[in-house]
Amino acid sequence: MKKHFREFSVAAALAFVLLGLAIFTPAFFQPQPLLSLLTREAPTLLVACGMAFVIISRQIDISVGSQFAVCSVCVGLLAAKGWSLPLVFIASVSMGAIMGAFNGCLVAGLRLPSIVVTLATMVTWREALRWQRQGEFVNLPDGLQWLGLSQVMGQWTLILAALVLLALLALATKHLSAGRFVYAVGTDAEAARLAGIRPQLTTFSVFVFMGALVGLAAMMNVVQSPQVDPKSGSGLELKVIAAAVVGGVAVSGGRGKLWGVFFGLLLLACISPALTHLHIEAYWEKAIQGAIILLAVVADGLRTRKQRN
Amino acid sequence: MKTLLQLSAVTKSFGAVRALKGVSFDLHAGEVHALLGENGAGKSTLIKVITGAHQLDGGSIEINGERVARLTPASAHQLGIACIYQQPALFPDLTVAENIGLRLEPMSALRKVNWVTRRQRAKELLKRIGAEILPDAEVRSLSMPEQQLVEIACALGAGARIVIMDEPTASLTHKEQHLLFAVVKDLRASGVGVVYISHRLEEIFQLADRVTVLRDGQSVGTNKVSEINESGMIKLMVGREVSTIYPPSESETGNVVLSLRKLGCASCGVKNISLDVRAGEIVGMAGLVGAGRTELARVLFGIMPADSGEILLNGQLITISTPKEAVAHGIAYVPEDRRRHGVILEMPIAHNMTMAIHDRVFPGAWLRCGAEKQIALDLIRDLAVKAYGPEAPGGSLSGGNQQKVSLARWLATKPKLLILDEPTQGVDVGAKSEIHKIIRRLAKEGLAVLMISSDLPEVLGMSDRIAVMRGGTITAMLPAKTDAHEVMAVALGQTENGAAK
Repeated sequence: MKKHFREFSVAAALAFVLLGLAIFTPAFFQPQPLLSLLTREAPTLLVACGMAFVIISRQIDISVGSQFAVCSVCVGLLAAKGWSLPLVFIASVSMGAIMGAFNGCLVAGLRLPSIVVTLATMVTWREALRWQRQGEFVNLPDGLQWLGLSQVMGQWTLILAALVLLALLALATKHLSAGRFVYAVGTDAEAARLAGIRPQLTTFSVFVFMGALVGLAAMMNVVQSPQVDPKSGSGLELKVIAAAVVGGVAVSGGRGKLWGVFFGLLLLACISPALTHLHIEAYWEKAIQGAIILLAVVADGLRTRKQRN
Repeated sequence: MKTLLQLSAVTKSFGAVRALKGVSFDLHAGEVHALLGENGAGKSTLIKVITGAHQLDGGSIEINGERVARLTPASAHQLGIACIYQQPALFPDLTVAENIGLRLEPMSALRKVNWVTRRQRAKELLKRIGAEILPDAEVRSLSMPEQQLVEIACALGAGARIVIMDEPTASLTHKEQHLLFAVVKDLRASGVGVVYISHRLEEIFQLADRVTVLRDGQSVGTNKVSEINESGMIKLMVGREVSTIYPPSESETGNVVLSLRKLGCASCGVKNISLDVRAGEIVGMAGLVGAGRTELARVLFGIMPADSGEILLNGQLITISTPKEAVAHGIAYVPEDRRRHGVILEMPIAHNMTMAIHDRVFPGAWLRCGAEKQIALDLIRDLAVKAYGPEAPGGSLSGGNQQKVSLARWLATKPKLLILDEPTQGVDVGAKSEIHKIIRRLAKEGLAVLMISSDLPEVLGMSDRIAVMRGGTITAMLPAKTDAHEVMAVALGQTENGAAK
């Protein structure tokens, strides 16, 4: 309990908010809007998991939003060309992994600071896409939306897929050596190297994995609408970093749990609909999200201070 | 004699832990008063009370005969208290003169800096302590002892009357030690009181006038150094008689495990190393700091790969270019700086212990938590690690137990060759002898051990053979029963008496 205190407190905060909503606006719990909300957040959850790994390994990747847009447009174009669903899926994941590998090469291979590298790739991918598409939407062929299923079935498929992946990733962090290595490298790369771990390889892999998850998330997002917006994914990086931080991932590396990130994301995501239901103007959404992030960071800061003394 | 500092019945607790349980301590003008104690005895806490970093819970502090109600770092500075830490706290990117200026000049943001006087003062202060350091040198470019001298210059410039030195010689070479001792003696002669903390007993005999021994947060005695001997001090520290400090050698040496032939690494200054280490043998590596011993270990472990010569392991010619390869070959390296490199402090000790054996114990990369816990429990029992369990974070352990965890990680790999770099540095006396016994036992079990140590008695007491390094190469191989003076003479390069190989 003590070990997971941080994660439990986020879960408790979420429960508290949901309880408040249940009392004051039971309308929040209508199944259809709730299902839509969860479906919207399903791709974000995957990107947030990837970001958690990146931050735990003491790096950052702010290019995920641009990667997301590039993958989305790729999916759209390839699908429009008549590629089958599994092929498009593979292409999207590989595209993301390649962009991740590019970041990874620069960060791990040349040992450049990840904030600068991913800032550069963020701008580059985004502007390249703008130049290529000129802001034009890509129309998807019939049969791609909701994976060719009915809307409700499609929504459930996406949500379940995201949850299954979350569970698998959480298990993998605990039970795969690779997961342990990410924590070790994030805590102390030199100590990890002296224990026979290859920190640069670990860092590189984390970026590739991040990219692959972005590709997957892009795919899951595209199938939710009939068109692909080339500007999709803007602001995604901030959203997932926020979710990770609120969920208890330490920006200083080496600490964090995926299920904490899950609750962090839900907490941030339910603010917007909650405001609508409480008849508060939507302008407050960002301010409240900011306050939650601040609260999380301050709580972490106070806790580490207490531990030190 | 004037009393500069008088602590009476000082108590200090951190939560439930009582770090100081009523310590009394006094310091006269013109004396060196050594403070001795095992790790965790309360030395650091006592220093922090004196420098104002910690507020005391009970008792009183008098400075120059006047009672000080509340001591803060700023007021301690004004009262002439200065502390020189083992790791100098200077700004590496600023010059010496800038560092000194920052400490001594008034602290207002919009003050005009007079560069001429700043440089002049730095020059004078450095000259006073006999340091040949340029005021315009960047601190980054200075060696550790030079940085300590800059700290001392700051203390002098601030007119410090009470100077605390916390293990100042831990990373100094023999020659640098002498320079430092000369400066300390000068300080004493000018009426400054010095509180001197060291783990090295021989330094205390050379330097100190009185010695106070702390144990479990209590002062167990203040003696004149002339009236106490080494075993008496150790007895006070551990509270029991340490009869045989070093366990005797009982192992039979077997085949040659490691054989180096004209090994060299130009980038790290190691050259022309030829050495054999046999199974069951402990080869001690003596030499001054900077002689290339740690560098040799780093070459053998693939951190800085060799660029000339040959490494043979069990007769097989091998190349080692990364630590991972070294581990795969059965080489283990317990590094010098355990807090930074040996143990990941935030991680549970179970995770620390299995860090290097993932490939072997968890095939297919699948971690079985039960198996991991069992491995950790076995190692904890085997090495008598004091921790509340396998999930205790490394940082919650004492220095000696952290070192055991660092050792455990490598024993788990079942190595053929174990390289130990300063295995007992900063470890208290009790844990030290336990670690020595473990090393002995490992040798007896057939492990080849290469032990680097700056603690000469340790090298002499533990080694089956002693390799002395100087200037990046092995200058002599000496037998086990060599006396300390001869080893030191070879290390210093003074004589050619050593049975040079």
